[in-house]
Amino acid sequence: MSALGELARLRRQPAPHGPATARSKADERASWVFLAPWITGLLVITIVPMAASLWLSFTEYNLLQAPSWIGLDNYQRLFQDPRMHNALWVTSRYVAISVPLQLLLSLGLAVLLNQGMRGLALYRSAYYLPSLLGGSVAIAVLWRQMFGHDGLVNQVLGFGSIEGRSWISDPSTALGTIMTLNVWTFGAPMIIFLAGLRQIPNMYYEAASVDGASRFRQFRSVTLPLLTPIIFFNLVLQVIGAFQAFTDAFVISGGDGGPSDSTMFYSLYLYLQGFRNFDMGYAAAMAWLLLALVAAFTAINFAVSKYWVFYDD
Amino acid sequence: MTERHRRRVAVRAGKHVLLTAVALVMLYPLLWMVVSSLRPDEQIFTQAGLLLTDVDLSNYEDGWDALGQPFSRYVLNSLLVAVGCIVGNLVSCSMAAYAFARLEFRRRRLFFAIMLMTIMLPIHVIIVPQYIVFSQLELTNTFVPLVLPKLLATDAFFVFLMVQFIRGLPRELDEAARIDGAGHARIYLRIILPLMTPALATTAIFTFIWTWNDFFSQLIYLTDPSVYTVPVALRSFVDSASSSSWGAMFAMSVVSLLPVFVVFLFGQRYLVRGIATTGIK
Repeated sequence: MSALGELARLRRQPAPHGPATARSKADERASWVFLAPWITGLLVITIVPMAASLWLSFTEYNLLQAPSWIGLDNYQRLFQDPRMHNALWVTSRYVAISVPLQLLLSLGLAVLLNQGMRGLALYRSAYYLPSLLGGSVAIAVLWRQMFGHDGLVNQVLGFGSIEGRSWISDPSTALGTIMTLNVWTFGAPMIIFLAGLRQIPNMYYEAASVDGASRFRQFRSVTLPLLTPIIFFNLVLQVIGAFQAFTDAFVISGGDGGPSDSTMFYSLYLYLQGFRNFDMGYAAAMAWLLLALVAAFTAINFAVSKYWVFYDD
Repeated sequence: MTERHRRRVAVRAGKHVLLTAVALVMLYPLLWMVVSSLRPDEQIFTQAGLLLTDVDLSNYEDGWDALGQPFSRYVLNSLLVAVGCIVGNLVSCSMAAYAFARLEFRRRRLFFAIMLMTIMLPIHVIIVPQYIVFSQLELTNTFVPLVLPKLLATDAFFVFLMVQFIRGLPRELDEAARIDGAGHARIYLRIILPLMTPALATTAIFTFIWTWNDFFSQLIYLTDPSVYTVPVALRSFVDSASSSSWGAMFAMSVVSLLPVFVVFLFGQRYLVRGIATTGIK
């Protein structure tokens, strides 16, 4: 199962050992050629910049003067910066609310579609299209209009210009509009669920119905347990993605995370610190905290998965 | 018709009503944006319906020339970036995938694990120094920072997708070619690549959509209007526009969504298969 499953399997299986054969010597030489672009990229685009950003996170650097070492000051600042705490709080709420909603919706519709519905391909296309368009500036532009003062949502709800409020300029609802955009893109996880549902052998359902299990009972005792690896995969993937959300908040708030920092996502704050204020050291420290958070979340997810993810094989 | 039969038909009809309702709610904003872009400006804030009385293309004319350059310039820039990224991913990822799937070499498991882990790496931990280096080499406001990483197989997701695909190809084909005296270069070029066209198509399509929609790195590296890509141009439109130019903004948004929509129409098979297989197997 998936890149995550592959990683887990690599950890479980011991490495095979054996003497080098003539074949593997030729392979060894060829592998350097075939892997040359990837290894170069790993070094030049990933590892060296990672090391550099770790070093920068201990410095003060504004692109104009040479970086100066300030030790842990940036990290200390992270813990004292109220806007940074707010950004974490906004991002956490976004992850904690929109990801479960998106997964529930995609799972529910996948189960419904999998009951041999006619027109499956048509429904699937209709639901999938928003996930392809969702990350774009154009859709964020649309959302900005829809949830604005005279926008589509207020028109449909029949609010006049007096009682109608602008959803994006009210700090209590602005984040919600961005969450709806994320939920709107449930099509991609739904397709992964659909593919997973198709792999469940029919004999399990036959056996269950011989035993007199109701449809609901079949769902709870057959479908759900066999689907847990895919629920887990989707959960990890969507959480990692949602932690890094940027475009929608940037465009809908007009680039400043407003109103009153209510849509100030972590990525957005990092962008403003690094590429508007050119406070590169602080931005690098923020990036490493983000990596630590994402890694910790993924590790917790993996640890907890032992208790609820069921592997058939 | 028995009572039971009637009930089953009713339940089925109910499901279709529900599924159709969800589809309509989801697609309504898109349809409405397309229709609104063909209406005079003032109607965007008064007409919630989809009925179009007459087609008005002035929003497209206004939007096309609303920024410093004609919009075609931004489309062309976006296309250049996308083509560069597609070529880069196809070549570099397929080479790495061949090595991981077919060659025996030391530390293969370690490298493979590292490759898988980079899929989950947030771009933020590398973007700051990357930006510093590219700006010192005076390569910001060029497409190099956007395309170069793809030439170096940094989109590990596609390496993984191709490894999965190559593993599914029978090894007997390689062995037969090897007995005929073919080396790895020949096996890769003449046997593996032609057989993996579905995986290459999936990679090309996903690369196109992701590059076309990508905003974060394009926003950071492209600050000069003459090199703006479509998303960056649209963003600057939002910034500069008064509330009276929503029609023009909608029109250019539709223009920017159109290529993705066309790719979706013709490449759906590859897209669905791509996420389904990398998601599960």
